[in-house]
Amino acid sequence: MRKSGILEHHLNVFFPLPAVAFVLVMMVFPVLYTLFLSFSNWNLTSGMPFALVGFRSYLRVLREPRFLAALGRTFSFTALALTAETLLGLGLALLLNRKFRGKGFMKLILLLPLVATPVAIGIVWNLFYDPTIGLANYVLSLFGLPRQAWVSGAASVIPALALVDIWQWTPMITLIVLAGLAGLSPEPYESARVDGATGLQIFFRITLPMIAPTLLTAMILRAIDALKTFDIIYAMTGGGPGYTSETLNVMAFKYSFEYFRMGQSSVILVFLFLLVLTLSALIMRLRRRFEL
Amino acid sequence: MKPHPLRKLGFALILVLIAGPVLFPFVWMLASSFKTQVDIIAWPPRILFSPILENYRKVFQEQNFLKYFVNSSIVGVTSVAFSLLLGLPAAYSIARFRQKRLSVLILVARLMPGISFLMPWYIIFSRLKLMDSYTALILSHMLIALPIVVWIMSSYFETIPIEMEESAMVDGATRQRAFLSIILPVSSPGIVTAITLSFIFSWNNFMFSQVLSMEKTKTLPIAVYNFVSYAEVDWGAVMAAAVAIMAPAILLTMIFQKYVVKGLTMGAVKG
Repeated sequence: MRKSGILEHHLNVFFPLPAVAFVLVMMVFPVLYTLFLSFSNWNLTSGMPFALVGFRSYLRVLREPRFLAALGRTFSFTALALTAETLLGLGLALLLNRKFRGKGFMKLILLLPLVATPVAIGIVWNLFYDPTIGLANYVLSLFGLPRQAWVSGAASVIPALALVDIWQWTPMITLIVLAGLAGLSPEPYESARVDGATGLQIFFRITLPMIAPTLLTAMILRAIDALKTFDIIYAMTGGGPGYTSETLNVMAFKYSFEYFRMGQSSVILVFLFLLVLTLSALIMRLRRRFEL
Repeated sequence: MKPHPLRKLGFALILVLIAGPVLFPFVWMLASSFKTQVDIIAWPPRILFSPILENYRKVFQEQNFLKYFVNSSIVGVTSVAFSLLLGLPAAYSIARFRQKRLSVLILVARLMPGISFLMPWYIIFSRLKLMDSYTALILSHMLIALPIVVWIMSSYFETIPIEMEESAMVDGATRQRAFLSIILPVSSPGIVTAITLSFIFSWNNFMFSQVLSMEKTKTLPIAVYNFVSYAEVDWGAVMAAAVAIMAPAILLTMIFQKYVVKGLTMGAVKG
């Protein structure tokens, strides 16, 4: 018999070890450190000595109207983008779920927004949204509609930013659902047709239930990424005008790297990753449940 | 039965209606990058104009974009290479030894908001005098690339029958030898997927580089961003910069289209 060395015998330890060590140092440790800092008053600009202050930073942040507004805005941005992306994405997938010439090319087109650099995308959309020279207002004027402020207006900035997210990420849902649809077995459809079911019946009784796990996972993944949206918002508005497009991520970024209030920014970060962790737990449950 | 020609035409129209809005921002960006400032701020917006190359000259000569190109490439290539080095064995182990907890750890790394590591990194890298160093940037970008590599490769390795290593091991090879000389070569489609996607995401990353890089190691997304605030409204040059930064990612996507689709959709679809 061949002798197996120590490396081979413990391959299940040695193989993942470097990656695990890396993730522990670069992710787990920083997260714990953030948690620690959230109980401190640390502020790089105030000159106050570092002190642990218990939940005082939490109380300060929670009482801050700017934080509550950012929290609400994070949810409304996500809800807006996610709803539109799911409905549109599902619709497009159903439309494209057939054999046709140029299907590969169509998929390539759908991929482009997904791989395009978000900062650059944001800048291009800023040109569209420009109140005086932008195409967006020109299109409105063609229909006799009044000019809009788009990202320069307090009321319109979140929907305008969500529209960019919708443009960029709807194809993701479409491609995922298309891949899911391609894997469905044709039998239920055949028997439904024999029974004379209508298109709507087929969609709600067969397609939707069979595609549901895929769609749900795609939605949660998208929700997590939408909650974390940073590049587009920061590049297009920097959280403005005023604070009217500031989400948790953008606020935490400013607290950390513009105001250097590390204690308070840690509190915001703790809230952000609690949110993300809750959704991640949901994904894992789904994966286990449907054995995805 | 052949479909009715009118239905065929209707479907073609639907395709155009879908592709149009998706492509339009790219087309407008490309067009604007060849326009003079006068053509860009013209009202109504000009569809027809005489194209110029001045904007690209500005971007590459006055703004020194080539340097940022090189920086982005160094960071992207190195972080992907190290991620493969760490990620491939880990993915193999997760796939073969069914290490569920490890795969959860990697998934969490993929889902966590980047900013929750960035603030501590900023403090630590400042103390270690590693701000504006390639080391700090590469380490941070590895946290983007590594989860993608492990995520894609662990599902890929699961599709490879275990008999492949077993037959090599019967012939006297060690398991690690079998992994290197048998499993990795047959996994090249998966590896191509992992490389393409993780490189694109590193290339596009804005937040990490915005904080950790300064003049010496500045990457393209930061250069483009600074260019906007700096050049105020030199839209033509800004659009040329946007074209320049997107071109490599789009080129890669065109070449490896099948792999990119697979990699992006596999998170939610079995197989």
